[in-house]
Amino acid sequence: MSAVSEKFGAYSTWRRAISPTGNTGDAVFRFLMLLVALLMVGIVLAMVIALASESMPSLRQFGFSFLTSRDWNPVKGEFGALPFLWGTIASSIIALLISVPFSIGIAIFLVEQAPRYIARPVGFLVELLAAIPSVVYGVWGIFVLAPILRNYVEPGLAKWFSWIPLFSGSITGYGLLTGGIILAIMVTPIISAVVRDVLAAVPGSQREAALALGATKWEMIRVVLVNGMPGITGAVILGLGRALGETMAVTMVIGNRPEISFSLFEPSYTIASAIANEFTEATGDLYLSALVELGLILFLVTFVVNGFARLLVWNVTRQTGGVGRAA
Amino acid sequence: MSVLKRSSQLLVWLSVVVFLFVSMACNGGSGAGSGSLRLQGAGATFPNPLYQKWLSEYSKQHPELKIEYQSIGSGAGIKQLKEQTIDYGASDAPMTDADIKSAPGEIVHVPTVLGAVVITYNLQGITQPLRFSPEVIADIFLGKIKKWNDPKITADNPGVTLPASDITVVHRAEGSGTSAVFTDYLSKVSAEWKEKVGAGTSPSWPIGMGGKGNEGVTGQVKSTPNTIGYVELAYAVQNKLPVGQVKNASGVFITPSIDTVTAAAAASAANMPDDLRVSITNAAGPDAYPISSYTYVLLYKNQKDAAKGKALVNFLWWGIHDGESFAKDLQYAPLPADIVKRAEAKINSVTANGAALR
Repeated sequence: MSAVSEKFGAYSTWRRAISPTGNTGDAVFRFLMLLVALLMVGIVLAMVIALASESMPSLRQFGFSFLTSRDWNPVKGEFGALPFLWGTIASSIIALLISVPFSIGIAIFLVEQAPRYIARPVGFLVELLAAIPSVVYGVWGIFVLAPILRNYVEPGLAKWFSWIPLFSGSITGYGLLTGGIILAIMVTPIISAVVRDVLAAVPGSQREAALALGATKWEMIRVVLVNGMPGITGAVILGLGRALGETMAVTMVIGNRPEISFSLFEPSYTIASAIANEFTEATGDLYLSALVELGLILFLVTFVVNGFARLLVWNVTRQTGGVGRAA
Repeated sequence: MSVLKRSSQLLVWLSVVVFLFVSMACNGGSGAGSGSLRLQGAGATFPNPLYQKWLSEYSKQHPELKIEYQSIGSGAGIKQLKEQTIDYGASDAPMTDADIKSAPGEIVHVPTVLGAVVITYNLQGITQPLRFSPEVIADIFLGKIKKWNDPKITADNPGVTLPASDITVVHRAEGSGTSAVFTDYLSKVSAEWKEKVGAGTSPSWPIGMGGKGNEGVTGQVKSTPNTIGYVELAYAVQNKLPVGQVKNASGVFITPSIDTVTAAAAASAANMPDDLRVSITNAAGPDAYPISSYTYVLLYKNQKDAAKGKALVNFLWWGIHDGESFAKDLQYAPLPADIVKRAEAKINSVTANGAALR
């Protein structure tokens, strides 16, 4: 036997490299799975390359000033991404400011306080929010949320806080605030589901230890939160990634105006909305390529954000062996 | 034994997968190759309901043909036509000189129907249609007229009590032929508009907020008091929106309708250039609604494939004759008679390898 395998040494080494067990089926399977995995990597690379090469005319024409220019005027051939970048980041941050306290609250309630017969259906309903198509959120935004904001919330805010630039400006019900609130509702199920799993993964011994030392329930929850903090951060950043890329619902309520305003009431514009709105009617190579470059910027921003989230979650799993594994 | 069994199972699965792929490929192949002709078109969203009606009616008479139309937007339609991935394109605005130059062959514009852009608004308690002068529309959309009771608006609307509230402007958020027609009109009637904003599918609006699509603009106008916006005529009629009268070049306030739009086309028929690329906004006739426009089908003058080319020109010929009868029901204005003649000549000019197709 050994003589034979020595004779075909090179072959069997190769066989063992692709399939340590020496089984043909395993080798084929291994090869197929490798192919599938590489395909995924290839698609991401192909997207980056396509976006970069398609945005070449715009990159050449505007260079770095594309990121700093505030002018977006397709009629005159002027393209600058700053208002879109601003709108994208501002609406996402508003969304997080609103949804993070809610999400963490929901998660604490579900894990620490609610009896199982309440936690199950409530958890299910929250997750159901994630399944609603975003265009439905948009329609709801136009016909329900925007009128409420215009008639009650925004006049109230303007009455008491109009000395803060954030709450000045004309009240229409469509703008940064409306977009941010819609986004907040959309990312809440994502963040709360992950935070719930993170909290559930905090070892019971931590809770028992806190309670044994005389902590109140609230103090015990704080211990749990501190334990799960990196996982919670990861969840928040996953939510941020979702908010940055959301298109339809935001487009329908944000007012779609490429302008930088510090007022929450004024219309704004996000990168994803701009691409969705203008791509079909974009004539001229420079216009198209400017839109593709917007896509490239959004891709890079979400890539960095998601990478950061993965790193955080990985960090947690490594340290505490399990908390945050759900992320 | 079990090793053998497992690998043979895998083999079975693999062959199933391969078989499925192959059979799918064969299906696709046989569908295209079974002797039927397939024409692909893409472009403007505005005439889409009419074109879909045309396709379904025409395919009843010509079951051997498979003609398709995807409403992906005028800009995308022109792009695909230039890349020759489709057999015909469609656009609301005629192609620009630059676009025509960069196309790989001469392109023929065939007007099919007409549409119009109407002014709609949300003012509580006002029942009669508001009247707008061209300069008032321009000033509102420039942000120079800020209140509904501005003397310039009330001057056109004697006897109407307008509120002292701020005007909120709503425009299309996405690039759109509707915006192109509207801004083309404003550029003609206002020097300031022409200089500051200009005409285009996605102009840089001086004020206001963007709604997505006709339905987005309508939604925002309907749900927000004291707004003004613009939508397509067909959309406004179907949704029974309040619609403003616009003063035309002859000084008459005209209610937008299919007849006044066709009148605008008839009034400007004399100035129609040879390539039929024309803007008919601000047309001169006394009955002409000033914010009107043609919508076009675009095709190469020299068709590469004679059989496809012949099917295409026959279809278009049918469209501008029999097809026009479907226009009114769908709230499009049919072409006036002289323009049908001009369009016929265009269709007849299409050739394949130098030979006429009709």
